[in-house]
Amino acid sequence: MMELKCSLRFREKGGMGMKRERSVKQKRRKEGMTAHLAERKSVNILIGGEAGQGLQTAGFIFAKSLVRSGFSIHVTQTYESRVRGGHNTFSIRVGCEKVLAAQEGIDILIALNEETIDLHRKELTKRGLIIGDGEWKRKEKNWIGLSLKEFGEKTYWNTACMGVAAGLIGLDEQVVAKAIEDTFGKERSEENLKILKTSYRWLKEQALEWKKLPEIPKPAKRLVMNGNEAIALGAISAGLKFCSFYPMSPSTSIAQTLIDCAKDMDLIIEQAEDEIAAINMAIGASYAGAPGIVPTSGGGFALMVEGVSLAAITETPVVIVIGQRPGPATGLATRTEQGELGFVLHAGHGEFPRAVFAPGTIEECFHLTRKAFELAEKYQGPMFVLTDHFLADSYRDMEPVDVAKLSAVKAGGDPSSVKTPYLRYRMTKNGISPRLLPGLSEHLIVADSHEHTEDGHMTENLSLRPKMVDKRLRKGDGIRSEVIPPDFQGDKKPDVLFISWGSTKGAVEEAAVQLRSGKKKVGALHFSQVWPMVPDQFIKHLEQSKKVICVESNATGQFAQLIRRETGFVVQKRISRYDGLSITPEYILRHL
Amino acid sequence: MVDINDYGEYKTAWCPGCGNFPLLKAVKTALVNRGLEPHQVLFVSGIGQAAKAPHYLRANVFNGLHGRAVPVATGAKLANPDLVVIAESGDGCVYGEGGNHFLSAIRRNIDITLLVHNNQVYGLTKGQASPTSDSGFITKAQPEGVLHFPFNPLAVAIALHAGFVARGYVGLEDHLVEILVEALSHRGFSLVDILQPCVSFNRVNTYQWYKDRCKPLPSSYDPTDWEAAIRLSQQWGDEIPVGVIYRNEKPPFEDHFSALRKGPLVGQELERVRLAKIMETYM
Repeated sequence: MMELKCSLRFREKGGMGMKRERSVKQKRRKEGMTAHLAERKSVNILIGGEAGQGLQTAGFIFAKSLVRSGFSIHVTQTYESRVRGGHNTFSIRVGCEKVLAAQEGIDILIALNEETIDLHRKELTKRGLIIGDGEWKRKEKNWIGLSLKEFGEKTYWNTACMGVAAGLIGLDEQVVAKAIEDTFGKERSEENLKILKTSYRWLKEQALEWKKLPEIPKPAKRLVMNGNEAIALGAISAGLKFCSFYPMSPSTSIAQTLIDCAKDMDLIIEQAEDEIAAINMAIGASYAGAPGIVPTSGGGFALMVEGVSLAAITETPVVIVIGQRPGPATGLATRTEQGELGFVLHAGHGEFPRAVFAPGTIEECFHLTRKAFELAEKYQGPMFVLTDHFLADSYRDMEPVDVAKLSAVKAGGDPSSVKTPYLRYRMTKNGISPRLLPGLSEHLIVADSHEHTEDGHMTENLSLRPKMVDKRLRKGDGIRSEVIPPDFQGDKKPDVLFISWGSTKGAVEEAAVQLRSGKKKVGALHFSQVWPMVPDQFIKHLEQSKKVICVESNATGQFAQLIRRETGFVVQKRISRYDGLSITPEYILRHL
Repeated sequence: MVDINDYGEYKTAWCPGCGNFPLLKAVKTALVNRGLEPHQVLFVSGIGQAAKAPHYLRANVFNGLHGRAVPVATGAKLANPDLVVIAESGDGCVYGEGGNHFLSAIRRNIDITLLVHNNQVYGLTKGQASPTSDSGFITKAQPEGVLHFPFNPLAVAIALHAGFVARGYVGLEDHLVEILVEALSHRGFSLVDILQPCVSFNRVNTYQWYKDRCKPLPSSYDPTDWEAAIRLSQQWGDEIPVGVIYRNEKPPFEDHFSALRKGPLVGQELERVRLAKIMETYM
């Protein structure tokens, strides 16, 4: 990764200068592996404050401005389960090349309340500075106190602080102004733009001179999207027409993104009375020809489980997204975890095939959701996208997608192509029966939650029963043949092999890179599809590594257990995190 | 022209003399009277002896889970409003397990016809009390008699200003057919609570019991009078009014979705140009 030339050097009187540490080698030896990350190749900005102070909005505008200026970003958000008050953060890591993960340490702390400084001052890097309200009269050496009262009304102080930070790192004021306009709309931007101008003017007047972020000429156009938005848009591009949901963190914004697109894209999004209704509605809509998605979290999914089983036996396509958060029960409603792997793998009474995708990046959120729709339609059953709170809210930059080139699923087959009499559950070699839709031809479509005959009517014929079970399970062979192999990166036959799945992808990759620079041979094996598991795709990597470490955000090592169950291989070490925060490269290196 | 034979004859898993038999016949007759072909109709049912009914006629069928007929029917109707969607199940399935869905379907005014086989008892699980069992009704599971007050589906539906609320009795077959035809013609949510004896597990609410009590409403009755309907819905005991008790014309749920102005969701192509425009807003 290219080094950013942004040492943020003050040339001002008053001793606020921050010398960039040129030689960190000695220190690094002292501090061990973590110190590698001290050689900062990116800038970390953290905006902190209470819920309701507009830190997400300011953060989003900042992030968008950075991407439009040509930088790569990675956003981590933390917040409490409340509407006002508490302590929330919006951290942006900025780099010139693709930023894979969050990084600990803060270079610019934007404090929307004073508590933020007390909570985060210890995380400030050597060059770290604090921007906040001048009335607090802080004694920190790199304190930039703004006389915010003179900037404008309190509502806009988030923009004021963000504007100063944006100016300090050298973002073009016009780029930030445009991002404000695009976010609020022209009419509602006026006050924010005024205050932005004041921030930039103030900065000029202070005669603070900085080494800015490098200017990137003609920045390529890239998207700024979080995991949930990518899932929603991926779903639309795949042919989604229907979504039923019951609001639940962290998945509500999937439905919200769809609602925002509903008029333009001719979608029906319905807030159901409960999660049970949500999944049953989606199954009903899908049976009648509208590909559907059901976004929820662990607790909501618990209510949907009978519906999963219903989709399986009626062979009805449905895509279920589970944004994980810490349980059991209500747990930590707005924090992150990877604790539902075992639940999602086994949810639903009876035996039936399924696929479980676990996106590791925003791009994967988009494309694996598409894949889930394709599989759902092709294999006629429930398919899963397993993400988590961290990824759901994490804004990143993403290459634009050429929508024209993407194929969309077509629900149901051609009524004129089926053998007569039409049998909804006709026995076939691959287990896939021709699926027609009701009302579109004279064929009658009979679907049943009981064990049923080929024509869909309930049966107690016990010699037919195993045949129907086998027919459904044969679809699993097809699903298995399409499994996305885990992504291997790094050295072959490594000293250390990291295994990870889902949202920890970037953190593990970066930890592996850091560890490799310490002359170890390091590999990383990442699973973005966690079920079915095809050992032939990866077992060699496990066997050829000296030490295999499974990294996951749960206490019991659910993925390590799954590997053992499916391959017999026992990982030597687990790195687990279950305090509700996302895994960072530093966390991994600290726990080696 | 469609006739009753188009709807077929099937062997059933019902007890001889079950109230479901005349009910099934009345449903078929009503469909024929409406001129509906089997492929235009979708039956969605839950679980219970009543929920098996759609297996005993020719039509599109989705036989789902206990309590969940209504949300499946709602989803199917939204995906393809051209389908005539009938949700059909028993009193336990609809009013007990599916209570929340019942309330929400009324509030949505989704254009489905909900047929509830109401025999005031659980049949398939062998004789426990149902939400509509009268207080004091003795069963194996409620040996001291039912301690709950009975659920009054008509009063609840009328209280929520449902689109169409009716009660029928299988012993008044022609009358029931008339009600069903009206329910099928109604645009918006319609509830038909159909009294039908369970000959195996309900020794109180028998054919004779209902016959002595069920009285069709006079033709002078005005079902658009909400207060009269509410009063009528409280009548139970010596005299049980049957007929269309409440009507309230209002736009059905699916009329509110712009996506459906082009026709059913099924078959609508992905608008790639519009999606590309949306994607651009993320730049």
